[in-house]
Amino acid sequence: MGMSAYLIVRLHNLFAVVMVSGVYSLLAATFFVVVDAVDVAFTEAAVGAGISTVLMLGALSLTKGREKVPSRPAILPIIIALATGVALIYGTLDMPNYGDPDAPIHQHVAPTYLADSKPKTGIPNVVTVVLASYRGYDTLGEVTVIFTAGICVMVLLQGRRRRRKAKGDTA
Amino acid sequence: MSHHLVVRVVAKLLMPFIILFALYVQMHGDFGPGGGFQAGVIFASAFVLYALVYGMDAARKVLPDGALRIGLALGVLIYGGTGVLGLLLGGNFLDYSVLAHDPVHGQHYGIFAIEFGVGLTVASAMATIFFHFAGRGANLDEMEE
Amino acid sequence: MEWPGLYNYWIAIFLMVTGLYLVMAPQNLVKKIVGLNVFQASVFVLYITMGKVTGGTAPIIAEGIEVYSNPLPHVLILTAIVVGVATTAVGLALVVRINESFGTIEEDEIRELEEAQEDAS
Repeated sequence: MGMSAYLIVRLHNLFAVVMVSGVYSLLAATFFVVVDAVDVAFTEAAVGAGISTVLMLGALSLTKGREKVPSRPAILPIIIALATGVALIYGTLDMPNYGDPDAPIHQHVAPTYLADSKPKTGIPNVVTVVLASYRGYDTLGEVTVIFTAGICVMVLLQGRRRRRKAKGDTA
Repeated sequence: MSHHLVVRVVAKLLMPFIILFALYVQMHGDFGPGGGFQAGVIFASAFVLYALVYGMDAARKVLPDGALRIGLALGVLIYGGTGVLGLLLGGNFLDYSVLAHDPVHGQHYGIFAIEFGVGLTVASAMATIFFHFAGRGANLDEMEE
Repeated sequence: MEWPGLYNYWIAIFLMVTGLYLVMAPQNLVKKIVGLNVFQASVFVLYITMGKVTGGTAPIIAEGIEVYSNPLPHVLILTAIVVGVATTAVGLALVVRINESFGTIEEDEIRELEEAQEDAS
């Protein structure tokens, strides 16, 4: 995954960038299977590697295929990014170890979900139960976001293409 | 891509299996990995494949814009409606325990309805988004000719 | 410190820093959106690895299994992925419109065009 992320930085052909980002998503999906998140891996493989790659290719076919190669490397973003990275690594030193069953995240509501979901709903997949029942409000919000995004794209991309006008061009 | 015979035939053969798999993921989400979100995306990808191989005009005939718009809104409506139904039957908003004679069955029905709403909205949204990107390209081609 | 230790966080941070750089440095708008996706995936990795329990299995209740990974981050990220693709789609739609009205998707060129327009008016 790190390798493909690095490739995305180095490549200037946007088609290649989009394809590598698809590979990146697929690697992320396999990684999620390894750490037990099968539902998430499924979604990432379908959405990240599938639909988003197709959408980006669709957008590229409407725009340009190559990025303008910058004349000089951008120093300031590198410094900011590295500083953020160092600060974040310093922050992780107090975090619980990977896979630690006593970590705070496993002490809060998760044991209740794992113990109660099967007897209360008769559904063995805890992720589905939490998604639809315990956190139903959240999911309602997410569905509304997707609904809104669909309408946004409809509004933005409907209508015929207009030539550039001198006035009222506020994009 | 419409002049490649092999691609056309294989795409046509694959379509029912992709849709069947989407429905399986939708219905089986209770017992294994899967659910409305994934099923919606897979369902939409079947039509994306169709649009890529047979062109936008054919795809729009199969899945008209009006139907997509109705699906988009209907999914959210089913989700919210399930919540309101619980409210009318004397429970809280999005409390499915009151939907059937006993709470366990009620929860099961409620989750099924919700997942269906999610799947419908996601499928329609993804298809809408793709059709608009692809449709814009088709418009440009026409204008350049 | 035994082996896995904190490495999972450091992988996520490496990807996060790459994503951050990709959002800031390129002038190209499509590449910025790809960078945003890289950043998003790093957050997914962070959440999902936090939910892992050593010796645990996927949170689907079955007989004979005692230890499950934490299902809560899975739920949060599951919805975040789909919302992520929705925002990507809206972003790309905006890029397409920008390209139509300015004829370019490079940020500095757009800025120059806008300044030229302001000077003219």
